[in-house]
Amino acid sequence: MIHSLFLVNASGDIFLEKHWKSVVSRSVCDYFFEAQERATEPENVPPVIPTPHHYLISVLRHRIYFVAVIQSEVPPLFVIEFLHRVVDTFQDYFGVCTEAAIKDNVVVVYELLEEMLDNGFPLATESNILKELIKPPTILRTMVNTITGSTNVGEQLPTGQLSVVPWRRTGVKYTNNEAYFDVVEEIDAIIDKSGSTITAEIQGVIDACVKLTGMPDLTLSFMNPRLLDDVSFHPCVRFKRWEAERILSFIPPDGNFRLLSYHVSSQNLVAIPVYVKHNITFREGSSQGRFDLTLGPKQTMGKAVESVLVSSQLPRGVLNTNLNPSQGTYTFDPVTKLLTWDVGKINPQKLPSLKGSMSLQAGASKPDENPTINIQFKIQQMAISGLKVNRLDMYGEKYKPFKGIKYMTKAGFIYINWRLLCSSSEWTLAHKNLY
Amino acid sequence: PHHVSTNSGIFSVLRNEDLKEMLESSKESLKLEAMKRIVGLIAKGKNASELFPAVVKNVASKNIELKKLVYVYLVRYAEEQQDLALLSISTFQRALKDPNQLIRASALRVLSSIRVPIIVPIMMLAIKEAATDLSPYVRKTSAHAIQKLYSLDPEQKEQLIEVIEKLLKDKSTLVAGSVVMAFEEVCPDRIDLIHKNYRKLCNLLVDVEEWGQVVIISMLTRYARTQFTSPWKEGATFDENNEKAFYDSEEEKKDQVEAKPYVMDPDHRLLLRNTKPLLQSRNTAVVMSVAQLYWHLAPKHEVSVVTKSLVRLLRSHREVQYIVLQNIATMSIQRKGMFEPYMKSFYVRSTDATHIKTLKLEILTNLANEANISTILREFQTYVKSQDKAFAAATIQAIGRCATNISEVTDTCLNGLVLLLSNRDETVVAESVVVIKKLLQMQPTQHCEIIKHMAKLFDNITVSMARASILWLIGEYCERVPKIAPDVLRKMAKSFTAEEDIVKLQTVNLAAKLYLTNSKQTKLLTQYILNLGKYDQNYDIRDRTRFIRQLIVPNEKSGALSKYARRILLAPKPAPVLESAFKDRDRFQLGTLSHSLNIKATGYLELSDWPAVAPDQSVRNVEVIEPVGSLPSLLLTYSVAVVHTCRIDSQNCYFTVSYKSLSPQLVSVNIPTFGPVKSHELLHHMTGKGLSARYHFPRQPCLYQPNMVAVQVTLTNGSDHSLEEIHIGDRSPASLNLHCFNTIERLEPEASVTVSMGIDFSDSTQAANFQLCTKDDQFSVSIQPAVGELLMPSSMTEQDFCKEQGKLLGMNETSATITLAAENSSSQSLSKQVLSVANVGVVSSSENNIHRFAGRTVSSGALVLVTAESRESSTALLTINTDKSIMASMLLRDLKQALAQA
Repeated sequence: MIHSLFLVNASGDIFLEKHWKSVVSRSVCDYFFEAQERATEPENVPPVIPTPHHYLISVLRHRIYFVAVIQSEVPPLFVIEFLHRVVDTFQDYFGVCTEAAIKDNVVVVYELLEEMLDNGFPLATESNILKELIKPPTILRTMVNTITGSTNVGEQLPTGQLSVVPWRRTGVKYTNNEAYFDVVEEIDAIIDKSGSTITAEIQGVIDACVKLTGMPDLTLSFMNPRLLDDVSFHPCVRFKRWEAERILSFIPPDGNFRLLSYHVSSQNLVAIPVYVKHNITFREGSSQGRFDLTLGPKQTMGKAVESVLVSSQLPRGVLNTNLNPSQGTYTFDPVTKLLTWDVGKINPQKLPSLKGSMSLQAGASKPDENPTINIQFKIQQMAISGLKVNRLDMYGEKYKPFKGIKYMTKAGFIYINWRLLCSSSEWTLAHKNLY
Repeated sequence: PHHVSTNSGIFSVLRNEDLKEMLESSKESLKLEAMKRIVGLIAKGKNASELFPAVVKNVASKNIELKKLVYVYLVRYAEEQQDLALLSISTFQRALKDPNQLIRASALRVLSSIRVPIIVPIMMLAIKEAATDLSPYVRKTSAHAIQKLYSLDPEQKEQLIEVIEKLLKDKSTLVAGSVVMAFEEVCPDRIDLIHKNYRKLCNLLVDVEEWGQVVIISMLTRYARTQFTSPWKEGATFDENNEKAFYDSEEEKKDQVEAKPYVMDPDHRLLLRNTKPLLQSRNTAVVMSVAQLYWHLAPKHEVSVVTKSLVRLLRSHREVQYIVLQNIATMSIQRKGMFEPYMKSFYVRSTDATHIKTLKLEILTNLANEANISTILREFQTYVKSQDKAFAAATIQAIGRCATNISEVTDTCLNGLVLLLSNRDETVVAESVVVIKKLLQMQPTQHCEIIKHMAKLFDNITVSMARASILWLIGEYCERVPKIAPDVLRKMAKSFTAEEDIVKLQTVNLAAKLYLTNSKQTKLLTQYILNLGKYDQNYDIRDRTRFIRQLIVPNEKSGALSKYARRILLAPKPAPVLESAFKDRDRFQLGTLSHSLNIKATGYLELSDWPAVAPDQSVRNVEVIEPVGSLPSLLLTYSVAVVHTCRIDSQNCYFTVSYKSLSPQLVSVNIPTFGPVKSHELLHHMTGKGLSARYHFPRQPCLYQPNMVAVQVTLTNGSDHSLEEIHIGDRSPASLNLHCFNTIERLEPEASVTVSMGIDFSDSTQAANFQLCTKDDQFSVSIQPAVGELLMPSSMTEQDFCKEQGKLLGMNETSATITLAAENSSSQSLSKQVLSVANVGVVSSSENNIHRFAGRTVSSGALVLVTAESRESSTALLTINTDKSIMASMLLRDLKQALAQA
């Protein structure tokens, strides 16, 4: 399936190669570089590129291209999913997935890649199994290894690979038994100029950190499982039980893992917890424009809106800005025309605002693109969909674990798209005539 | 640059010398350090083959990391250093016999990765041996090795197929994915090898690791298209023909076969049913493979179950979105309805990459219909303003497609596009011109105003495609703009030499058309242009000019053709069809690389068309039919009988039992166990103001709903007056699903009546609370079932029992050793005790000391398997296998209590 892997950095250098079958010359990447040159943005390189004898399937993460070389028909998503799994593993092992981190740990990287694929077919991709085979590097271990000459490779054999619960190590022991669950929701919405919502979706995940001794069997139930419209599970979750009872029943992996990701149906009205008042105007013939933006909370059930970050791509005609934030700091990059305003926390008594003027290029006509405003924020202790965990029970072990559940709402991207309907009345009139 | 390379050559030689020295030292740490550096070199793509002899010596090292790094090196360079590589083989041969399965597996892995033809026989032997290894992990490794050997020496195909055949029979989930992968590489056409394993693969699928699932699903999709008939036939014809056939002779019946309504093969259904849960997988490749399976195999009305999951994948990484959108684009051409409710999910975001944007645009265009076109067009208007000009241009194309597909909006779109002609951006204007040209061609009559407008814009447009389009339009409709056309030609004559080729060609066309319609004004201009064209550098233009001159300017040589010049050049031309680039992509199986690239990739396997007549279905049967027992023994073993109907009243049970060979799936037979019946208090006569009630579980299948537990309630009137209207009132939880008995109108003093109810406990021992009401009073009562009452006996052979048990190991297994009370040590009394605790069926056992019982939970039908193995000194090992782990532990507790009881 996967023949070879090349890692390419932003400047187009291959800094690592690994082959699982016969060696494929790195010149095959020339086709990739051609595509890279054609692309205006790094993201625009097509994920699948045909060459005379091979196919290149690549993913871009952390400014590194992971280019897999394929020789014959294979579902492209199979390769893409695997490559992302590789990146996740690197991140898990080294904390970051950068060129420097990969080069520093090249031996561990090689050992990992060796275990993850056999003859191009995925073998061990579960982080738990890999960690039994190859210990993640730590500063202490690196030091000890250099002095004593001991190794990163696990002495014991990976029993997890053989069990029916491949995601869990055997013989796990903790003195403090804890299970933490984070319910994190992201809103993704497009709002038009008048403030009405065009689309709004909630995407949520439950991330778990479970440190429990032995083979615990957990069940997690919700007060309102009906909210969950579409779910995908970690393989440990018993699907039948969910189908029948809407209860999550599972033997958890050891450590951090994503238990569940879900989607809250768009039929339920999504309340956007923040509103924006804005007034951005350019006058014809004048070299000045006005900028006025105010943020305020709504429907947050008394919870504070934190880490608010506003960004907007201003039109190309804008030379510079002279704005005054009531709180936080703002920056404007005159080259990329990107305005960012780090607001911080919204105080409902004193709403944050950003006001001032923009100077335009002399002689330039009135910019016609209306800028998109992008808002990110966090709300602790609240899941915007209203999802609530009912209880967590443990079976199979005798001790009493410590249990904790946290909720958080994040705005993924809220676009306040300035969707000015076409300036011509002719367009809209014609639409109306349709009905 | 020559001397530079020599320098670096010397440098690397020096470094290699150092490394060699380190490898040959006696210190383990030095060797390891050297190997790490060598791996670093390999990773950078540097050649380290010179070190082969020094490295290979360490192949038998005790240090695991060192050994592994040596393996990495060996696999990388063995092909280049074949003779030296042979030195290492004996080490692996020895390891293949190691008692530890993981060492055996890793030895086979490395041995089979060494691409040295001379060791093919050794590899073959090792694979064959490993394929029969007791450890499923080693067998999995051997399945991987099959592909490696096959690519090294395709001559071995026949022998390898034998191994594949053997491994396909393997029941381990660990092996399934890998062997199907080998099957796909080595002998994808040997469909016959799959027959006997088809059902097993379907049933194992959920438990196979995710990568294996993708491979198996894709193989089963191909398989199904060769073995089942199409579920897509429109409307099952169920008319009088069928009835007639019933009375007609055999011969005529055969003729009627085709008119029979479509019935899906149960195996076809099995595949659809067992893959559906995988839509919830976290692995996007698995979700996509299920989606394509439904697209290619499911009846049309069922395909939409995959929509939601595909839309979910759009929240994943950019590359995943790209592939999923491509597939949705293909699907949405044939099945708009599938994705229309999710239209907003395809709205473009300014952060999307260009190829994602274009695909979303494609899908939105496919989804457009009369009802949603105004929403879509409004969305498109914002896209036209995008800073990404390539995308804005694509949007204009999309508007053009909407305009041609939906005639109601053609004018709206055309007007909108004309407005865009005054856009400041040239790409937008140019693209609009091109699209307007196509639209005008569809209905040229009333649009001379637009043509005039475009002619005015002509001077300011520099994009050649747009210029060419305008010239063509003016030429084609020159009679509608008689004043403007010659003037445009005049301007073109001036700038001809500076134009792009495509513009020159259209200028020649325009000149020719004007010469034919208005030769008075344009004769000289045309001749001038034709002369310029004659000496153009581009041969295409020279050819065209020569051809046009012969056609339009009559001379002695031109012959008959010039008579028809007008008819040739000014023939009415069909309007171009604007259609999706994804229109014919469905010739490829969805989700494949070929589909993604729209070219047939190497190794692509065609999906065959449905067969007109299904091949023999019985090839997939694998069950061994056991001899039929007599009725009494049937009650103990339930091995092969199928109970057709089962009618029960409070006293008697009637069975209609037929003996026939067991159908492929396990059939659960609901036969009550004749154990002692314990009755429980429901309402005491003191609290019930004279009304008392007791209940028991008759252990009969519930008549009302199969997922309910049957309960019989005996109501007695202990008061001195008659009670009226006894019925069931509110229940809690309110969602509690229970079947009430009919209201008892009147119960005389001292009289009692027994009624039956059905309660769905949802496989939990939580009490069912409800109110027992009379005309005047209400009493809250509750029924708490023992866990054993939530089961139904299940018929099973010993063989099936062991097979099912094999699937429910690990976390699904609960066991305990218990001390038996003296009375329970005989096997008969042990069975009796178990049956009194739980409503399970006895499975015949070939071993005297092992007792097996099988049941299914009433509500969800999950298997519950109980094994009691009596051991010395009156102890027994109780094992319960079920995925209902809570039930298992409760059942174990109850059984323990019952068996330990004196």
